[in-house]
Amino acid sequence: MDTATTSAPLFTSKELVTDQEVRWCPGCGDYSILKQVQTVIPELGIPREKFVFISGIGCSSRFPYYMETYGMHSIHGRATAIASGLRATRKDLSVWIVTGDGDSMSIGGNHFIHLMRRNLNVNVLLFNNQIYGLTKGQYSPTSEEGKVTKSTPYGSIDHPFNPIALAMGADGTFIARSMDRDPVHLKDMLRKSAAHKGTSFLEIYQNCNVFNDGTFEMFTEKATKKQEALFVESGKPLLFGQNNELGIKLDGFKPVVVNINENGNSINDIWVHDTSDRVKAGILSRFFDSPEKEGHYPRPFGVFYEEDRPCYEDVMEDQVNQVIAAKGKGNLDKLLKGSEVWDIK
Amino acid sequence: MEKQNEVLEQVIIKFAGDSGDGMQLTGTQFTNTAALFGNDLSTFPDFPAEIRAPQGTLAGVSGYQLHFGSVNIYTPGDKCDVLVAMNAAALKANLKNLKEGGIIIANSDGFDPKNLRLANYPDGKSPLEDDTLGKFNVITMDVTKMTRAALVDSGLGTKEIDRAKNMFVLGFLYWMYNRSLDITIKFLEDKFGKKPAILDANLKVLRAGYNYGDTTETFRTRYQVQPAKMATGSYRNIMGNQATAIGLVAASHQAGIPLFVGTYPITPASDILHELSKHKSFGVKTFQAEDEIAGICTAIGASFGGSLAVTTSSGPGIALKGEAMGLAIMLEIPLVVINVQRGGPSTGLPTKTEQSDLLQALYGRNGEAPMPVIAAYSPGNCFYTAFEACRIALEHMTPVMMLSDGYIANGAEPWQYPTSADLKKIDVKFATEKNGEHFLPYKRDEKLSRPWALPGTKGLEHRIGGLEKQHETGNISYDSDNHQFMVRMRESKVEKIADYIPQQTLDSGPEKGKLLVVGWGSTYGAIKTACKMARSEGYDVAHAQITYLKPFPKNLGEMLFNYDKVLIPEMNTGQLLKVLRDKYFVPAIGLNKIMGIPFSAGEIKDKIVELCK
Ligand SMILES: Cc1ncc(C[n+]2csc(CCOP(=O)(O)OP(=O)(O)O)c2C)c(N)n1
Ligand code: SF4
Ligand SMILES: [Mg+2]
Repeated sequence: MDTATTSAPLFTSKELVTDQEVRWCPGCGDYSILKQVQTVIPELGIPREKFVFISGIGCSSRFPYYMETYGMHSIHGRATAIASGLRATRKDLSVWIVTGDGDSMSIGGNHFIHLMRRNLNVNVLLFNNQIYGLTKGQYSPTSEEGKVTKSTPYGSIDHPFNPIALAMGADGTFIARSMDRDPVHLKDMLRKSAAHKGTSFLEIYQNCNVFNDGTFEMFTEKATKKQEALFVESGKPLLFGQNNELGIKLDGFKPVVVNINENGNSINDIWVHDTSDRVKAGILSRFFDSPEKEGHYPRPFGVFYEEDRPCYEDVMEDQVNQVIAAKGKGNLDKLLKGSEVWDIK
Repeated sequence: MEKQNEVLEQVIIKFAGDSGDGMQLTGTQFTNTAALFGNDLSTFPDFPAEIRAPQGTLAGVSGYQLHFGSVNIYTPGDKCDVLVAMNAAALKANLKNLKEGGIIIANSDGFDPKNLRLANYPDGKSPLEDDTLGKFNVITMDVTKMTRAALVDSGLGTKEIDRAKNMFVLGFLYWMYNRSLDITIKFLEDKFGKKPAILDANLKVLRAGYNYGDTTETFRTRYQVQPAKMATGSYRNIMGNQATAIGLVAASHQAGIPLFVGTYPITPASDILHELSKHKSFGVKTFQAEDEIAGICTAIGASFGGSLAVTTSSGPGIALKGEAMGLAIMLEIPLVVINVQRGGPSTGLPTKTEQSDLLQALYGRNGEAPMPVIAAYSPGNCFYTAFEACRIALEHMTPVMMLSDGYIANGAEPWQYPTSADLKKIDVKFATEKNGEHFLPYKRDEKLSRPWALPGTKGLEHRIGGLEKQHETGNISYDSDNHQFMVRMRESKVEKIADYIPQQTLDSGPEKGKLLVVGWGSTYGAIKTACKMARSEGYDVAHAQITYLKPFPKNLGEMLFNYDKVLIPEMNTGQLLKVLRDKYFVPAIGLNKIMGIPFSAGEIKDKIVELCK
């Protein structure tokens, strides 16, 4: 959603709180996401009544009930389609989709990829906890191979989706990742999502402390975060490690992890992130191997890719206007009459 | 030589040929000419199931039936008077539907050994050359040869020349039925204006066909079918799907809100999308979604935003929309769901017709999910039914199901079109102010419907969703008493619509008597004709066609008991029958046909006679 820059907020975060009791489990990562969203929304310079939050089904999808804006808690997997219809007809609204990894990658996978290619100007917040929370702990399409859950007592044999790569493959125009445990980064990503004109896809690693506790702790906890998480920013070199001593170098199309202080390497050899470079974003999106694997790449967080492409609803409206300009506004009587008529007297 | 003129009241012509023979176009041209002449008429195309079925085979036969007359016509007709057979397969596929003594116009070139073999004629024997067709009046002509002869000097290739064959047949039929060539000439000029050589060729062949009738001595008789005595007024020809589309545009106009259609292509519903996508000048937004679920869900989103939202499909797609219809019922937002029925179950018979989705429409959703259902009964009536579906949806804040079927969707009839001034306004009110201390999205009015508060309206921010809601506040509620209350409330709201729809009327026949024939949907024409035939033979029979299937008109139950017997013809195993028996305990009798083809009037009349005896 493209909107005015930050000025004095039109309303406060408090005014976004509803009278409904929040029903997530204590300690659930969803709380943090709610809080960051409620912080960022008032900064966007859009009146409160112009916001619409649409969700599917899942723990995450309870979200709209806790936002004092317009909202719809719909059916499993379909929020993307409902939001498309709303945005296609109401360009004045700021439309936000809240979805889970089951909701958007499994039952709603079809609508998800089609939203990406159509590029309606909406924001997708994927709460990825790599589990089915609401249905009490089955593995999801983003769960890792071998995962033991209620429905996979011997380990999951499904190869997981990589949501970022999926969105890249579906020609998404804004693709980013953040995490519930890093409020500063999350708020930054929310602002960038809101600023993008076109479909903004933000994957948020979210801890489900009941059914999948700690699944992202490598990336979120102090002890390992610097080593395992790679925070990317356009124009900056890809650096990570306790003292930012590690970097990614491109050897042709092959990324290599190097220590910039060793073996004659220098920071000048390090790959500089460019969110407009589709090929490199594709490589970056593939940094997805298990942190347990020897020689794995760090997991990137930040904006992978951003592109300016016309939005579906704008082209749709242009087409209507062009037809009206060429043919004039529709005349109902002419339409009723058709081209050939005769009279019975 | 002097030609005789014979006057006929009505004629049924079946144009049949290979898919590539242009029979649909030939049929529509004759239809338009007949319509503008003032005949009443009804048509039905009969396409092959495959897009490019092998040439010359039975599977590849494409047909178009036209029934026109100087009397009122209500169906495309039962058995034909004239069969145009462009090849052996076309003859074989349609012969059983030709009246004894009927005329066959056969293109002899289509009966060569190859065509005979493809049409499964044993030993390659041509039916034109033995006595198989003894009961009929056979006119054989080598259309290919004469078309080529007419165009020797045209400079066109054989392929292009042969494409004009259908114009020869059309010209000949125009001669036979004393019709002017003007309308088809104008059509060809519009169509081929930029290709003078092709235009010229078609005109030449059309005239050659006409002249062939005029100059050939074998043809002595021409026929005259006078204009029909129809209600005075202005008419146009219309197909059902086209009427549905125009009805939606008209409703959007009369409601003063934009039309949004979210849909996924499926036979026989796609033509509604095709038609609507042409009408962008009315601000119509058509959204070809990734599947039927997205079709209805985008429509739900558009409705939430204040559009007149519609989704169109056929049975298989309606099945996919089930859960989303339930959502729309819980949200209590306006939405029109159109089912152009085809043969089922599963993918069934895409190109054939059936009425077997009535129970799906009434009950085919999880939970107690009541939804108004109305059905169109003829091509022109699709307009009013679509309009009425929109009115109910918008004025009562509910999804509405409109049923049409392949028969009326593709069929055409003359239609006394309305003007915009004849159409009612549809009353749409958006909430602008709080209706309590907090805004209560589920506070109801006298119709039991809730306010439509659009996103963007200051102070009315609220959340809706598929989970059970608390009465008035709309908050999630798991309270058991509230659930029962809300289930009953949603049902009452739909039943309340009965206060705002017309009473059931009789289409024809006495108000009390021996037999009432009750129909719904596309059986209308056949039942009407059957009842007329039976009454002319002295049988005491009345006819009522139900448009409002949920809720029923309030007087329907009473009407059913004004007769000794009730007969319900349906193109299913007895679905309305089940519902009426259930609701009114009426011992009705079913007449059921599930063959993918409509009833003939004769079939229904026979049953009427049997029941009246
Ligand atoms: C049509 C349908 N199928 C299945 C369900 C059951 N169901 C509800 S939520 C859910 C999975 C939710 O997982 P996810 O989207 O990851 O959300 P989370 O609860 O983890 O936030 C399932 C299978 C449903 N509500 N509707
Ligand atoms: S089950 Fe997991 S995702 Fe759902 S509310 Fe509880 S902690 Fe959060
Ligand atoms: Mg999940």
